[in-house]
Amino acid sequence: MTEPNSKELRRRHPIPPKDGFGFALLALILAVALWLATGWVMWLVKQTMTANGFQASWADALLVLFALLPSGLLWSALRSLGQARRARQALQSENLIAARVHSSEAHTWAWFTLGYVGALVLFLLFVLFFIANNVAVGRTFFQLELIRNSFGLILQAFWVNVVIFLFAGVFSLIWGLVVAIAKLLPGKPAQPIRFIATFYTDAFLSLPSIIVIYLIGFGLPLTGIGFFRNLPLEALAVLALTLTYGAYMAEVYRAGLESIHPSQWAAARSLGLSYGQTLRFVVVPQAVRRIIPPLLNNFIGMQKDTALVNVVGVIDAFNQARIIASNDFNLSAVTTVAILFILITIPQTRLVDRLVERDRARFRQG
Amino acid sequence: MSFLEIRNVHKRFGANEVLRGINLTVEEHQVVCLIGPSGCGKSTLLRCINGLEEIQEGEIRLHGDRITGPGVDLNALRRDVGIVFQSFNLFPHMTVLQNITLAPTQVLRMPEPEARAKALALLKRIGLEHKAQAYPDQLSGGQQQRVAIARALAMEPMLLLLDEITSALDPELVSEVLNLLRELAREGMTMILATHEMGFAREVASKVCFMYGGVVHEEGPPEQIFSNPQRERTQQFLASIIEAGRL
Repeated sequence: MTEPNSKELRRRHPIPPKDGFGFALLALILAVALWLATGWVMWLVKQTMTANGFQASWADALLVLFALLPSGLLWSALRSLGQARRARQALQSENLIAARVHSSEAHTWAWFTLGYVGALVLFLLFVLFFIANNVAVGRTFFQLELIRNSFGLILQAFWVNVVIFLFAGVFSLIWGLVVAIAKLLPGKPAQPIRFIATFYTDAFLSLPSIIVIYLIGFGLPLTGIGFFRNLPLEALAVLALTLTYGAYMAEVYRAGLESIHPSQWAAARSLGLSYGQTLRFVVVPQAVRRIIPPLLNNFIGMQKDTALVNVVGVIDAFNQARIIASNDFNLSAVTTVAILFILITIPQTRLVDRLVERDRARFRQG
Repeated sequence: MSFLEIRNVHKRFGANEVLRGINLTVEEHQVVCLIGPSGCGKSTLLRCINGLEEIQEGEIRLHGDRITGPGVDLNALRRDVGIVFQSFNLFPHMTVLQNITLAPTQVLRMPEPEARAKALALLKRIGLEHKAQAYPDQLSGGQQQRVAIARALAMEPMLLLLDEITSALDPELVSEVLNLLRELAREGMTMILATHEMGFAREVASKVCFMYGGVVHEEGPPEQIFSNPQRERTQQFLASIIEAGRL
């Protein structure tokens, strides 16, 4: 008789699953600890409220609700524990299949508990930070009254940001395409143009946009050339952002144009279309479709950089907020600006996500 | 003076000389089939005739006029010489109809309604009228290739180049494309086709050229090339084709 090899041994004695009991117990302990911690934090909040003479039954109710919330985690942890026990029983009666099912359930519920514990810990830390030093953080950043009072002024100033990024956005989208095409022009005669386009993108990719804004916003009016002297500062800001982001856009366009297979060029040229016609009807339309997500990302990036124009004295939302903030010695007005930026950006990032997803779906389709 | 004269054409990609002195003449209404092993230069030759590749030596004349070398208006040449590719190369962002009307409207400045009417007539002829508004990726390979042929025909070329146009197709789709070619041949379209479809070449070709090593190794009427090849390399090639059951 020959010695059974390891493969046969494995077949005869499959590896039994772990029952997950220890893991489930850990989840339960953490859930209980978190519940206690939540109660303690809510009690601290209540104390801070009393110390500041704030009393409202709805706030108390809210605190109690928050304190009770983690009890849900006890339920999931107990469920994990129950499944682990059944897995252990199944192991004892050598029912491997049932053991695997229960063990897997036990692990899933334990991980579920741990995930929520982690998130809640972060939330509690934020609350502690907020009320620290007798609500100093809360007062500095989130004074509702100041936010309310400054909102109108800041919204008005935010309009300047919107106008700047709409103009600079459209201009840089056009300018970027021009630069990208210049960079890809074929042949010897186009060499100087390619060189200039390459130099331009290299330079503006490396220059921080705040420096470009500073140089253009302060420098061009200083030159005394009539045209620039009479331009409003906002227009100079648009120019600076267009130059900076035009370089980024150009790089994205270039990647898109180069991603179009040479056979498309061959097909279009073989039909008698000129270089320009091929670009216009065949290559650019296909390239742009592919690069809409990165173009939009650049657009969002530029939107944020409109806050930099305050270095040359444009009264945009951020500058307005800084004025208010220094008057009140409180940053709540700046929080308003932050909220405004978040509000206009989130829909756009979601749109990018959707476009990427749509692109992927098309790719999967073949 | 022949319709198309190819004289001593050399084409190099860097150090790699693909065409080493091609000589070939094509008369009007002829169907010339280029056969030969992969990498023998069939596709490169077709791309040179269409001006998609520059040649380093020799010349090509169409109707006695030189169409290679500096100063040739390639865009004008390509109105007269159409090419269809192995991989169809339809424009994926345009409908079938737009694919066909693009060049006539933009290059020939044909008015839009006229171009549409013509395109629809072509589509009717290839049996794909109902696909006019479809996008290329909604068509089968055979349908795409027929559209690609229609797109080339819409320019009313004097000469049509076909570069292994059935090689990327499922076997059952090959016949629909070959039937279309048969019809074109009957109507007297001058064609040069690089192909591995030996049976088809034998049936429709006025002349078959066996290419090997960057030159036309042997040429003649199909009966001679397929039944009684004179040169050893041609015989070898045909023997392996017969062994593979392709003739």
